[in-house]
Amino acid sequence: MDEIRLQLLKEVAGLHDIPEGAYNIRENGKSIGRQSTEEIEIVPMEDGSGLNIYVKPGTKKKSLHIPVIISQSGLSEVVYNNFHIGEDCDVTIIAGCGIHNGGSADSRHDGIHSFYIGENSRVKYVEKHYGMGDGNGERIMNPETNVEMAKNSYMEMETVQIKGVDSTIRKTHAKLAEGAKIVITERLMTHGKQTAESYFDVTLDGEDSGANLISRAVAKENSYQKFVSKIIGNTVCSGHSECDAIIMDHAKIEAIPELTANSTEAALIHEAAIGKIAGEQITKLMTLGLSEAEAEEKIVEGFLR
Amino acid sequence: MLELRNISFDVDENSKTKGILKNINLTLEDNKFVVVTGPNGGGKSTLAKIIAGIETPSQGQIFWNGEDITQLNVTERAKRGISYAFQQPVRFKGITVFDLIQLATGKPINVDKACEYLSAVGLCAKDYIRREVNASLSGGELKRIEIATVMARNTAMTIFDEPEAGIDLWSFQNLIQVFEKLHEQNHGNIMIISHQERILNIADEIVMIADGQLRDRGPREEMLPKIFGQIDRPEGCGCRYYEQC
Repeated sequence: MDEIRLQLLKEVAGLHDIPEGAYNIRENGKSIGRQSTEEIEIVPMEDGSGLNIYVKPGTKKKSLHIPVIISQSGLSEVVYNNFHIGEDCDVTIIAGCGIHNGGSADSRHDGIHSFYIGENSRVKYVEKHYGMGDGNGERIMNPETNVEMAKNSYMEMETVQIKGVDSTIRKTHAKLAEGAKIVITERLMTHGKQTAESYFDVTLDGEDSGANLISRAVAKENSYQKFVSKIIGNTVCSGHSECDAIIMDHAKIEAIPELTANSTEAALIHEAAIGKIAGEQITKLMTLGLSEAEAEEKIVEGFLR
Repeated sequence: MLELRNISFDVDENSKTKGILKNINLTLEDNKFVVVTGPNGGGKSTLAKIIAGIETPSQGQIFWNGEDITQLNVTERAKRGISYAFQQPVRFKGITVFDLIQLATGKPINVDKACEYLSAVGLCAKDYIRREVNASLSGGELKRIEIATVMARNTAMTIFDEPEAGIDLWSFQNLIQVFEKLHEQNHGNIMIISHQERILNIADEIVMIADGQLRDRGPREEMLPKIFGQIDRPEGCGCRYYEQC
C-alpha cells in the first residue's frame, strides 16, 4: 500500500494492515479488497453503488471493517451500504472515510448506511472522517445513517471528525422498538472556513426504549457548526440529548433542540452549553508549567477525547 | 528565597481606586513552612496569586532566588519552581485525574506512580485515576486532587490557598496529616493561606495580613498567643486582635 493509503486507513479505521475478519476496502470508487467470513457476508450491489452486508443470527464478538478512501481529486461518489444484523448478535463495525485531495477539484463522498438490527442484538458502530492533502479542492463528506432497531436491541454509535474535512452534513435517523437503546456520541472539530452540520432524529416508538445523544464540538477560527437534535417520544421512553461546544476565535455555533412528547410517560431532556474555554482552566494548566497555547490544546484534546 | 518588595495591588471600584494590598514587604527563607492568616478580605489570596503570577501587582517587585520575576507570567514562574493550589479547584471535561497528575509531573508516568499521589491525599486511587476532573466529583474530592497535582510537581515553592475550604471534618484530619508529612519531608517552601488553628499549629512561621497590610510575622510560638487573644489589648478594646487595633 502506498503512504497516502496507509495514512488514510490508519486515521479512519485504525488499520495498519489488512484487517482480520470481514472487510471491504473501497478506494476511488472501487473495492480494492474484500473478505467475507462464515458469519458476515458482504455482497456487492449489482450496480456497484454499495454493499449489502448480512450478519448471521447469533454472531458474537466479530468485527467488520468497511473504510472508504479517496485520493483522486475531483471524485464524487454516493455509496449505499445496508447492514442486516440478525438476532442475538454482538458485533463491532468500523466504517469511516478518508479523503486526500491534492488537486484543485472538490472530492466528495456521500455515504448512506442503513442498519436493520435484529432482536436482542448489540452493535458498536464507529465512523471516523478525516481529510488531508494540500490541494485547493474541497474535501466534502456527507454521511447519513439510518437505523431500525428491533426489540431489546442496543446500538452504540461513535462518530469522529477531527481534522481536514471542509464541509459536512451529517444526518442520523433512528427508530426504536420496545426495550431498544441507542447511544450516539459525536466528536467534531472545525477550523479555518470549514462547516459542519449534524442532524439527529430519533423516534422512540417502543415501550422502555431509550436514546442518549452526546455531542462534543470545538469550532475554531472562522468555522461554522450547527447541531440539531430531535427526539420524539411516543410511549413510555427516555431520551436525552446533550450538546457541549467550545467556541474559539470568530467561529459560530448553533445548537437547536427539538423534543416532542406524544405520551405523558415520555421523559425527554435536552442540555446545551456553548462557550469559550474558561480562563481559569487555562490558568490552572499554566500553573503546571504549560504555555497558554499548550494549555488550550490540552483542554481541546481532552474535551474531544 | 522569595522576596516581595513594596508590593501593592489596586482595583477599580465604582471609579475609585481601592488598595487590596499596600506596600507589602516580605522575605521567605528556603525550606520554611509558612502560614499566612488574617481576616477575610484582608488580601491573603491576592498575595498568593501575585506570587504565582495569576495577578500582576500595581507596584513593587518580586524576587525568586535573586531573580526579578515580577514580569514573568504564570507558566514561567511554574517552570522556575512555583506551584499554586487553587482555593476553588478547576473542573475540566475530558481531562482525567491521571492526565492532570501526569501534566503536573511534567513527564510520562505510569498509573502506579499517579496513584501514589492520590493515595497520599487519602483518595482510593483506583476509583479516581480514570475519572474526569468534572462536576461528577465533589468539592472535597476535587480539593484533594488539586493538592495531589501540586504535590506531584514537587517544586521549591508551593502555595496552597485555603486548602481546608470545602473539606469535611474527616477529610480535614487527613489534610493535616498530608501537610505534616510535607513539612517533615521538607519539600522546599510551603506557603498556606489559612484560618485553621490546626494548620497554624504546624507552621514554622506565621504571617498576619489584614486590611491589605502585613501586620505582623514571626515564629509560631510568638504569633499564636497574639492571634488567639492571649496578650494584653488596649483598655476598653472589644475588637479582635489585628482587625482594628
